[in-house]
Amino acid sequence: MSRLLDVENLRVIFHTYRGTIKALNGIRLWLNEEERLGIVGETGCGKSVSALSVMRLIEAPGEIIDGQILFEGNDILKLSEEDMDRHIRGKRMSMIFQEPISALNPVFKVGFQIAETIAHCNDISIGDAYKLVPESLEMVGLDWKRSIDLYPHELSGGMAQRVMIAMALAIKPKLLIADEPTSALDVTIQAQILQLLDELVKIGKNAVILITHDLGVASEFCDRITVMYAGNVIEISNSEEIFDEPLHPYTKGLISSIPIIGASRELTGIPGSVPDLVSPPSGCRFHPRCDFCFDRCRTEPPTLSEISPGHFVACHLYSDGVKEG
Amino acid sequence: MHNEGSNVISRRQLLVEDWKHTLYLWRQNKLAMVGTVLVAFFILIAIFAPLIAPYDPIEVDLSQTLLPPSSEHIFGTDQFGRDIFSRVVYGARIEVGIILLVTVISGTIGLAVGITAGYFGGVIDDVLMRITDVFLSFPNLILAMALSAMLGRGVFNAIIAISLVGWTIIARLARAESMKIKSLPYIEAIRALGASNIRILLLHILPMCMSPVLVQLSLRMGSIILTAAGLGFLGLGAQPPTPEWGAIVSDGRSYLVEQWWISTFPGLFIALVVLGFNLLGDGIRDMMDPRIRR
Amino acid sequence: MEAIVTIENLRKYFDIKKSIFSKPRKVKAINDISLNIPRGSIFSVVGESGSGKSTLGRLILKLIEPTSGKICFEGEDITDLGSKDLIKYRREMQIVQQDPYNSLHPRKLIKDIVGEGLKIHYKLPSDEIYVRIKGILERVGLREEHMFRYPHEFSGGQRQRIAMARALVLRPKFLVLDEPTSALDVSVQARTLALLKELKESLELTYLFITHNLAVVDYIATHVTVMYLGKIMELGSKDEIFSNPKHPYTMSLLEAIPSVGRGKRIRKIPRGEIPSPLDPPKGCLFHTRCLQAMDICSKEEPDEIEISKGHLCRCHLYS
Ligand SMILES: Nc1ncnc2c1ncn2[C@@H]1O[C@H](COP(=O)(O)OP(=O)(O)O)[C@@H](O)[C@H]1O
Ligand SMILES: Nc1ncnc2c1ncn2[C@@H]1O[C@H](COP(=O)(O)OP(=O)(O)O)[C@@H](O)[C@H]1O
Ligand code: SF4
Ligand code: SF4
Ligand SMILES: [Mg+2]
Ligand SMILES: [Mg+2]
Repeated sequence: MSRLLDVENLRVIFHTYRGTIKALNGIRLWLNEEERLGIVGETGCGKSVSALSVMRLIEAPGEIIDGQILFEGNDILKLSEEDMDRHIRGKRMSMIFQEPISALNPVFKVGFQIAETIAHCNDISIGDAYKLVPESLEMVGLDWKRSIDLYPHELSGGMAQRVMIAMALAIKPKLLIADEPTSALDVTIQAQILQLLDELVKIGKNAVILITHDLGVASEFCDRITVMYAGNVIEISNSEEIFDEPLHPYTKGLISSIPIIGASRELTGIPGSVPDLVSPPSGCRFHPRCDFCFDRCRTEPPTLSEISPGHFVACHLYSDGVKEG
Repeated sequence: MHNEGSNVISRRQLLVEDWKHTLYLWRQNKLAMVGTVLVAFFILIAIFAPLIAPYDPIEVDLSQTLLPPSSEHIFGTDQFGRDIFSRVVYGARIEVGIILLVTVISGTIGLAVGITAGYFGGVIDDVLMRITDVFLSFPNLILAMALSAMLGRGVFNAIIAISLVGWTIIARLARAESMKIKSLPYIEAIRALGASNIRILLLHILPMCMSPVLVQLSLRMGSIILTAAGLGFLGLGAQPPTPEWGAIVSDGRSYLVEQWWISTFPGLFIALVVLGFNLLGDGIRDMMDPRIRR
Repeated sequence: MEAIVTIENLRKYFDIKKSIFSKPRKVKAINDISLNIPRGSIFSVVGESGSGKSTLGRLILKLIEPTSGKICFEGEDITDLGSKDLIKYRREMQIVQQDPYNSLHPRKLIKDIVGEGLKIHYKLPSDEIYVRIKGILERVGLREEHMFRYPHEFSGGQRQRIAMARALVLRPKFLVLDEPTSALDVSVQARTLALLKELKESLELTYLFITHNLAVVDYIATHVTVMYLGKIMELGSKDEIFSNPKHPYTMSLLEAIPSVGRGKRIRKIPRGEIPSPLDPPKGCLFHTRCLQAMDICSKEEPDEIEISKGHLCRCHLYS
């Protein structure tokens, strides 16, 4: 399988009056064609910023200050804004968000908005595109006769997310980025949407980056999982291994926080909270919350290294080849 | 008591932080700076009027009538030989007084009516809002004219007239704000604690309505001057020889072609100060915008 | 077990007006609910959003007036009490809300937020108030220095603790927790739930725990009520409901939970979405989505059936 996306050493900052927020601190991400990557971590760890960077949607006061993003072999950070619009964004990659209703334009009917997307990416007239809308709506499980003339505010959260999916997949993207697509929905609707997405992505052979704070969702949907903490990637592994053999203390903390039916165990959680990224902790950014912290952790930031095939971790506990369970 | 010292410091640091942030936003907004300077000048003139003005603003000197601007009378003199510059400078005091009183009166009435209507809703709201609608359905200046004509001439009646015109917008704003806040979870939590309506209104809703109302009041200061000057100009507001700017402009009306300076200089001051207040008000409104603020 | 809260045939209808010209329509947010909340229990209410969970909590606290029915607290009928007579019950029952970003007054210091209840109910000297606030903050894992800060300086999890402190400072016996952890990260949720469990034991509280997350229910609750469109679909002890779920809706809620680390699952999730409460389905409220619906389901509303002692279920499958 060939490499679709390769992000190296990506650094993103935000300029604010309080100082510079170091939102991404040289992260590494990659994705093969048709692969599904989950990005998990607590709120404020840089998941959305990563996604927006890949779409090159970081706007002032944000700035990408370093790194490269190879998409199908080209560094998209070097493309002009025009080329980005004409060939990449909304053509070869598309995105869906947590708040689908606010991502839609409130003054146009749903059908028209889908038609516009189809027209834009296939270079056909709106009229021709409109004929394809019913099929699009049916594909995401909506009754097209009933939904084509609705305005976004008339949709429930679940319906709006279906419409967003229809629009995002109408362009047949190589890469679909979904940023917390089900976090605002009821579990039942979340399950429906994930099932739908699963089917459609299988048919469309799209690669997916699924951002979620729910490790359960990520593990079910994704092949591989990237755990982020405070602007760093701290662990990468395939979905089964990350639960069976989590390495990083943060990942372990996250897993031990999830209530599981029938598990009847105490939930430990993780003490403290995500640090302010204006002045992140020195050394390992997780050290103030880490039970395993030792001297080296306070001064030297750990780097991501491969502990077993395909399993990467950034933690000093593993940096001398010492591996523990 | 209880190690409070260190906590007070941390709170002060917080305030300092907040001020720094405000200053930072201020410096980013050039127009607001211009507004601040204009308004500051205006207020300084009002405060130091006796020091700045070379002549008495009211005393008539028939030997000096209708002199054009010169080094002795930089804005010239009027038909009674009074120094226009001195009149304009003293006029600033009157304008400041009008602004303050109108702001306090219309702000208080508006807030009281608005938060009560918004919080209780139902019949109380309907009645109070129909009254506001009546006031709002007339153009501002016309209503002010009608009211001051009814109340009689004079600065104080003008102030009351302008306040009676101005409170409605504040009331609408306070009502909207109070309706929004009363349905927020924290008010429900306070109700669950057993707080009475009065307590909720005064201690919890009122403070939250203050900042949009203050912004709105500051935005309206320009138009207060304009209305006051308008009334003065029409002879309904301040009466001669009070050096109210609108009244001075009115004095010069019949001399506009030959002795342009009588009306022009106070007119220019009105324009500059109104501009200053508007720029300042816009600046404050922008800075209060939570999207910019955090 | 003796009941701390009893409700009988409780209803709450909201009038909805689309515009001034249309005639008002009724939303039956709570439609004939009866239940007993045993003292010392963690009585959880689950269901999708719009099923009436928050409304139920508000009714019990008398933050809104019921349309009909009866609410008793410790055996006293409080349904028709006015605000004067309610004041003594306000000390006994409190609430922690869902949204930590809107549940604290943004312009008040933490000490004033937490101390508000004391100021309303007691005339205490200020250092007594100070000591009590400090005590309760420490009880929920915060520190004295936090008293002089504003809400925006705290994370979501800390804000929920402040909200707990505000509720607990009056030493209530009964707490409505309306999705207290839904807005929090799992790592923070875990610690918050552990704290709630511990506080319940040490302060001898009873919780009405509203949530849409059945995994959380399994972790914390002793009793479960499953609600749908204002009615109880299934009710029983937690162990009974989780080991022996009967109602198709309960089963779909269980089915929909992502399985953690156990790979992909084919699941039987209900079709469609919760219908508009303005025009609820005839017959069984759930029949439009139920995977086991039968002919009778769209025609006749099922009665509540006692599956075993204390386990109620409203479904034709069991009649
Ligand atoms: N537009 C922005 N302005 C300032 N800071 C931002 C902006 N967007 C994100 N950040 C900061 O970047 C960091 C990462 O945010 P984000 O990627 O949104 O987190 P996540 O999606 O993991 O919850 C946070 O510290 C956040 O405060
Ligand atoms: N104040 C209100 N006015 C009108 N309708 C309301 C009000 N509060 C709740 N409802 C309606 O009652 C139903 C139940 O709401 P709620 O109790 O908030 O459900 P849940 O907490 O289970 O999500 C919803 O359909 C909602 O629209
Ligand atoms: S590097 Fe040190 S502080 Fe960081 S996670 Fe590993 S053990 Fe903990
Ligand atoms: S009564 Fe019928 S429709 Fe309702 S839950 Fe039971 S089987 Fe399903
Ligand atoms: Mg995000
Ligand atoms: Mg609710």
